[in-house]
Amino acid sequence: MSTPYPLALQVNGAEHRLEAALGDTLLTVLRDALALTGAKRGCNQGVCGACTVLADGEPVRACLTLAHECAGREIVTIEGAAGRAQALQEAFVETGAVQCGFCSPGMILTAAAMLERTPRPSADEVRAGLSGNLCRCSGYRKIVDAVLRAAETGAP
Amino acid sequence: MSGTTRAIGASTPRLDAADKATGRAEYADDVARPGMLYAAIHTSPHAHARIRGYRLEAARAIPGVKAIVTGADLAGPHCGGIIKDESMVARGKVRYVGEPVAAVAATDPETAGRAAAAIEVDYEPLEPVLSIDAALAPGAPLLHEDYPSYVKTVQGGGHGNVVFESTVEEGDVERGFAECDTIVEATWETQAQHHVYLETNGCVADVDASGRITLYATCQSVHHIQQRVAEELGEPMSRIRVRATRVGGGFGGKHASNIHSIAAWLARAARRPVKLVLSRMQDFEIQRSRHPARVWMRTGARRDGTILARDVRVTIDGGAYADESPPVLAFALLMSRGPYRIPNVRARGAAVYTNKLRAGSFRGFGNPQASFAGESQIDELARALGLDPVELRLKNAMRPGDTAFGGQQVPSCVLRECIERVRAAQRAAPPLAPRPGRRRGVGYAALSHISGLMGTAASVQLRTDGSIALATGCVDIGQGSDTVLVQICADALSVPIDRVSYAPQDSDSSPYNWKTAGSRSTYMTGRAVALATHELRAKMLAHAGDMMECAVEDLELRPGGLVGLKGLPKAVSFKEVALRSLFHSGGPIAATHGFVFDGPGFDPKRAAIHQLAFANLGVYTYGAHCVEVDVDEATGAVEVRRAWCAHDPGRAINPAACEGQIQGGFVQGIGYALTEAMHWNAEGWLTTTTLADYKVPGVLDCPVEILPILLEDPDPTHPVGAKGVGEISLVGAAPAIANAVADATGARVRRLPMFPERVLAAIDARA
Repeated sequence: MSTPYPLALQVNGAEHRLEAALGDTLLTVLRDALALTGAKRGCNQGVCGACTVLADGEPVRACLTLAHECAGREIVTIEGAAGRAQALQEAFVETGAVQCGFCSPGMILTAAAMLERTPRPSADEVRAGLSGNLCRCSGYRKIVDAVLRAAETGAP
Repeated sequence: MSGTTRAIGASTPRLDAADKATGRAEYADDVARPGMLYAAIHTSPHAHARIRGYRLEAARAIPGVKAIVTGADLAGPHCGGIIKDESMVARGKVRYVGEPVAAVAATDPETAGRAAAAIEVDYEPLEPVLSIDAALAPGAPLLHEDYPSYVKTVQGGGHGNVVFESTVEEGDVERGFAECDTIVEATWETQAQHHVYLETNGCVADVDASGRITLYATCQSVHHIQQRVAEELGEPMSRIRVRATRVGGGFGGKHASNIHSIAAWLARAARRPVKLVLSRMQDFEIQRSRHPARVWMRTGARRDGTILARDVRVTIDGGAYADESPPVLAFALLMSRGPYRIPNVRARGAAVYTNKLRAGSFRGFGNPQASFAGESQIDELARALGLDPVELRLKNAMRPGDTAFGGQQVPSCVLRECIERVRAAQRAAPPLAPRPGRRRGVGYAALSHISGLMGTAASVQLRTDGSIALATGCVDIGQGSDTVLVQICADALSVPIDRVSYAPQDSDSSPYNWKTAGSRSTYMTGRAVALATHELRAKMLAHAGDMMECAVEDLELRPGGLVGLKGLPKAVSFKEVALRSLFHSGGPIAATHGFVFDGPGFDPKRAAIHQLAFANLGVYTYGAHCVEVDVDEATGAVEVRRAWCAHDPGRAINPAACEGQIQGGFVQGIGYALTEAMHWNAEGWLTTTTLADYKVPGVLDCPVEILPILLEDPDPTHPVGAKGVGEISLVGAAPAIANAVADATGARVRRLPMFPERVLAAIDARA
């Protein structure tokens, strides 16, 4: 096994002291070391967006981000969703935007970061904001509707 | 939800949605067991080669390696659904690049990967067969020399590299063509599409002290996997337990088992739990695709537009193993008449082996290929006749009481309404502004599909507090069956849905279900749930009658879990009924209902059928799609601007779930039409193994306006009238888009996907 090095990670408001190899991705550490399995490994190629988490409020692909790069950054996963992300979770459920659910955590966190920048987006702005996240079930329509609904009702 | 609201017809949020949206839902890769090992697969670098031997010393010597399996370890029979021609790892020969050849279990994924790479296999390369033409060429290398000795559950006339052949014929095709004024003829080609469920295939195999194996699997049927793994490991099914995890999409790609036996074998050998989750690349390489197909079709009509004859030849590329090729071919033939009254039709077809990934079940199941050809040809026929393509469809559309191809009676059919509704909706919509450099076109497709097949069952029990325990073997793969089945049960007892629990699927306890496939969950398992619940209700009423000293006929269910005396306030609660049952009938009141699809079959007096792989299919569903596209004059790029999709769900149990199925299916159809294609190079290597190379539609590739229209026409054979809409929604996209491209440019594209360069080439060919 590759040599592990000590790493301190801030995840969902708590500090975790652990060891990770230099090549370990944030996704591997979140899922395997911290048992935060809400971030999904859809492709491990940086394309599908199912592994999206927030780093200092910005969406990042956890499968393309090395864990050691995240020292000192504030990581938020779907398990730590609060505020806008929580409103989005409710809107996704109510709107019927969750089907197989594998893309949902990444979609919700991506949308949360977008609403932080653009609290009242148009449908086209939502589409542009979600263009890096794939969904294979919904045809996207109900996902876009859910984000618009959360923007209307859920902004803290 | 209040007790008085009907559960059926409500767009209830899905029962599993909150767990999924909060990251709590457990998918296969989220399962962890103490002491768990990780599996890695050694795959074939050759499209076609004989295996001379294995050298495992280097892999075995790596610390942390706990078990290795190769084809040399397998002694049992070959496995497979219809034709038993494959094994969990290759034996004797490899037949596609990426085929599992050996597998390793080790203490961590990195070690397992290194050990898999350290396995050495001695190959004798053979000439690969990489296309339909190459497979059928005289003297072509044979993929399966042992084909004649394979066990086949359906005989299908295979020979050489032909897996299966079949024919369906009605009327007299030659005479029909002789009476036609106009005849059109062409050939269409379609590609391999991958399911790209966002969760790759995977499982965890656990083993207890006695050696009994429990598999946690993302799948479309626990019972199917149990059967396959038991067969492949030579264990009785009682020693194999399969539990479904949450499933991150299936679409047919997880309908059959191929990797589960590997994990189970390694777990049994190592006596430790083993996780096997495919990387995206391996999932592309070793799972399955939609069948590439070539469809030749000839259709003729009288001057007035009455279609008299159609002749069809369908050849599908099944890849290295038979998998579902026989029924996919048969279903493609049955769908090749389209949803029309055509008195003289002949459909002949073959499925062939090639040295590529196996093709198998995929949403639509042969219908997308047949309908791409058929619905394109209807437009070409209309043009040749000088008729409006929508009017031509309406003139020839099936009506209630007609028979489907093969002779099956179709009592309910809303096809004409579907076509008229999408046309009216498109005409009523405010026109989109024209865009410079783009040509706008409108295209239509009319569709039919089935909902049914095989066996299923449900059990329902009244718990001692008056709440309900429902169980079926139906795995929710994202389509919403958990919620819909609970809605059906709750509705039959007039209770809110939170009074009904739904058991996860477990082969130790779940009632049998064939598979989540064939658009059958709402129709088949929904029927079983309704009838089991009706039986439970009858037993409950019998107890309540005794308790209130009255006849059962005088009782009624009241919302919220009460049995009341008609016309009087007197009532007993479900809880009181349940508690009484413990002392009067020896345990909780329970009922089960199971059945095999029992609708009408084919009619041998109408149709000459040779090797169809089915006895009967299911109930028919109908639909129509209308799309508006823009075609970029400079690049040939096609953009779908708006779509109207009319479908007949019988009765929409959960309208939002129906809409989600329709919108999602249509978008998967946009991918099939425009961007998705698996590509193999001249050596048989799949070159599209990332989501960057294989283009699944993103949100910007899809119109905002995909407008579902639900035309509810309750099915008489279902207790609440429901039918499935899971597959049919994909089928219309490609032909409707091709027809819209032709409407915009005058150019006909007969090959999928309609890449920009193919559209430009078709425009040039027209000039």
